[in-house]
Amino acid sequence: MGAVDPGRLRPSHTFPAHVLAEIHRAADQGVYEIRGFGTKRPLPGFDDLVFLGASMSRYPLEGYRERCDTGVTLGTRFASKPIHLKIPITIAGMSFGALGANAKEAIGRACTAMGTSSTTGDGGMTEEERQSSETLVYQLLPSRYGMNPDDLRRADAIEIVVGQGAKPGGGGVLLGQKITERVAGMRDLPEGIDQRSACRHPDWTGPDDLAIKIQELREITGWEKPIYVKIGASRPTYDAALAVKAGADVIVLDGMQGGTAATQDVFIENVGIPTLPALRQAVEALQALDVHRDVQLIVSGGIRSGADVGKALALGADAVSIGSAAMVALGCNKAVHVEDYRAIGTEPGYCHHCHTGRCPVGVTTQDPELEARLRPEQGARWLRNYLTAMVLELQTIARANGKSHVLNLEPEDLAALTVEAAAMAGIPLAGTDWIPGRG
Amino acid sequence: MNTVDLAATGVRELNRRLQLASDDPSEQSWLVINPKGAHAVAAGLTRPVRIQIDGHVGYYCAGMNQAAAVTIDGHCGTGIAENIMSGLVRVRGNASQSAGASGHGGLLVIEGNAGPRCGISMKGVDIVVGGKTGHMSGFMAQSGNLVVCGDAGHDLGDSIYEAAIYVGGSPASLGTDCVEKDMTPKHRSLLRDLLSRAGIEIDPDRFRRFGSARKLYHFRVDHADAY
Repeated sequence: MGAVDPGRLRPSHTFPAHVLAEIHRAADQGVYEIRGFGTKRPLPGFDDLVFLGASMSRYPLEGYRERCDTGVTLGTRFASKPIHLKIPITIAGMSFGALGANAKEAIGRACTAMGTSSTTGDGGMTEEERQSSETLVYQLLPSRYGMNPDDLRRADAIEIVVGQGAKPGGGGVLLGQKITERVAGMRDLPEGIDQRSACRHPDWTGPDDLAIKIQELREITGWEKPIYVKIGASRPTYDAALAVKAGADVIVLDGMQGGTAATQDVFIENVGIPTLPALRQAVEALQALDVHRDVQLIVSGGIRSGADVGKALALGADAVSIGSAAMVALGCNKAVHVEDYRAIGTEPGYCHHCHTGRCPVGVTTQDPELEARLRPEQGARWLRNYLTAMVLELQTIARANGKSHVLNLEPEDLAALTVEAAAMAGIPLAGTDWIPGRG
Repeated sequence: MNTVDLAATGVRELNRRLQLASDDPSEQSWLVINPKGAHAVAAGLTRPVRIQIDGHVGYYCAGMNQAAAVTIDGHCGTGIAENIMSGLVRVRGNASQSAGASGHGGLLVIEGNAGPRCGISMKGVDIVVGGKTGHMSGFMAQSGNLVVCGDAGHDLGDSIYEAAIYVGGSPASLGTDCVEKDMTPKHRSLLRDLLSRAGIEIDPDRFRRFGSARKLYHFRVDHADAY
């Protein structure tokens, strides 16, 4: 037997190692892969855009000396009590069940300290998050797990979830290992079962019904609360327009890069469109109806830095929402407790094992021993630091583009680095005035 | 009794008055006239007031009801008593689809027929239907009791969890993971009590009981056809 020539070991582009491994797994188990986190495939995104900065035609603001405001108001269309946020970065809906109670509390504390909002999730509102989060958005989801009119009334805004970027058209999954006694009790389900959340609401379908549903929610809450409608990025041109027609105060648009606690991998990687084109389409739909800025737009899915926030705002969003990045700030995929990553078959930096309930850093677990690794005070400090850094980055960029408020960022401040991003975002390719598809 | 002419006041003013009703005896009984299919009538009530609605209502009448006793002397649209938490909602006529959807408690009585998906996603509510129910009733029903005195439509109890379904007539077909179960003296007693509370006179011995086979509670390749 001769030695193997490494040069002869040519990997297949069609069947790379991870595809081979998945086929082997499917052949072994006969069921689709369910996992957490979000898409791992390369997609056009915010990294494919750059800011132009100041020039002869516009001058910059002085860093740290000239004000660059960051406050936003959401829900000004119909709600008698809109919410005012000090920063345009909110925390996306993540359920108690998917996350542990400590993670939820840490998020609430950080949001309160930063003057922004957090959001409940499938499974209802926990006392910890209501107490810790000064501005709390309560989700009305298809499953209606834990749906309670008392919680509806003590929320600061209501978010009707139609879809999610990681799985537009799909319902959630929470595997049995995470359905503890408390989680099961909140959801009225037997302990330990694999729980499937519905993909459609039980009592409405389509925009005409949604308009009546929104009327009912307003009646129950005295027309005080802003009503958000959250859509996964699939057909944002139509979905945004229909949400407006149905009476939404705020639209939450979640792109394909958005995360999930547990969904079929085939869903995460193959359904929906990236955040970049979805954002442009939603903004254009709002502009066509002359309600841009009157109906606020929150964008999520792949926001990681102040630069990403700035690009989303420049493209027309009023605020952004982060989920995965907030979890990372809490320790997700951090290189600690490495042996516990290996015990679930992964390594720090690659972990998407939220679905197992064995989160090595205590974020996405109900296991008391693991959850104790994330102290709410410490987690809140980390998330607060991260949000602070993002806001400083955002202000740095806004000032460099001559903006005294981050919402003054505009498409003209951007250039695209790739033809794909130029086409999707509707931003000229850098060094040209060419937007593919527009002549 | 306080009479509110909905044609004159509008839904917002009606609901505001009902939601703010005090404990004063003069504010315990309400008659609503001219509903004319309005939506969200008597939604979001939290106090044990008695309300009679003379006529037909639209979507989500008595939605998320807590404690109140609401009687509709007519038919109702989609989602009557959706997410009801407690109290009693009674429909003298027929109910459209998704009656009692995701209800957590209380009692919903539909003296006529109910449309599709009656009791969808129910989480503890008791629902008694005097007539028939449409297809997919009891879909993903988690807990509580759904009583159908007449026939039930196709795919009854599809993907049901721990709720119980009692049918006095016969189901056109059972949904995935829904099976017939023994009617024990305990269940017959529970049913008799439910029918009594609903004010519907029918012999409990006519009923069959249906519930979850619990085969879909865990993902298994052997059940792939059912997913």
